[in-house]
Amino acid sequence: MKVNVQLREDGDMLRGKIEGEIDTFTAPILRDELETITIGKYSLIELNLSNVNYMDSTGIGVFVGFYKKVNREEGKLKLTQLSDRLTRLFEITGLNELMDIETHKKVELSDGNF
Amino acid sequence: METFDYIEIKIPAKPQYVGVVRLTVSGMATRLGFNYDEIEDLKIAVSEAVTNVVHHAYTEAVGEVVIGSALYKNRLEVMVADDGHGFNFEEIKSKIGPYTENESVEVLREGGLGLYLMETLMDEVRVKNDDGVTVFMTKYVTREQVKDNVKRIPTK
Repeated sequence: MKVNVQLREDGDMLRGKIEGEIDTFTAPILRDELETITIGKYSLIELNLSNVNYMDSTGIGVFVGFYKKVNREEGKLKLTQLSDRLTRLFEITGLNELMDIETHKKVELSDGNF
Repeated sequence: METFDYIEIKIPAKPQYVGVVRLTVSGMATRLGFNYDEIEDLKIAVSEAVTNVVHHAYTEAVGEVVIGSALYKNRLEVMVADDGHGFNFEEIKSKIGPYTENESVEVLREGGLGLYLMETLMDEVRVKNDDGVTVFMTKYVTREQVKDNVKRIPTK
């Protein structure tokens, strides 16, 4: 059980890829990683969540915290490639209305969960 | 009386063990025939309850969390307690009222979103607070129950 964050600059954008499970154990690791981002440097921060296979309220808390910080510093944040599960979580909590979220649209060839 | 199989696990109230509980829940839910989405819902709901204990119940000394699960034919009942002791599932269940009638909700509201998710993802959530906080929740297998020796018709 772990979370992995990879960040890379792409022009004036920052692209991030988050992988793994986000729960009470890994959320602080993710929070610390996001904390290292100098928000003002980028026109857009895009975080790809396609490989986040578990998330609960602790993960929601991290993204809400980061979203608030990005807003304060007048940056832009976009979460992309959310699985159906993650999309549901953002919908249940109403955060999809607030944040810029893009659902995963790939064709599922096989079920990787089993 | 309705029969059930009972599985209890006890973990240190530390964040790194919440994932262990999740794996156990996943296994039990699979056993009962829950579908993928229901299993994921259960994993989140139980994690929220355990996380709540890890965060709030033990501010100084590290205690234990007991997760007791009753596996019925048509549902899974999970109890999460922070007293570190095992418990009599039936006895505690009979003492737990609807959470709205209990001030202990305030304790849980600190974790606000966590309780909200539990309520949304489970069919029933109840909370009891005397010695420690106990969360009791139920989720029903939505699919029609069929006899074990009868092949299931895929629903999708």
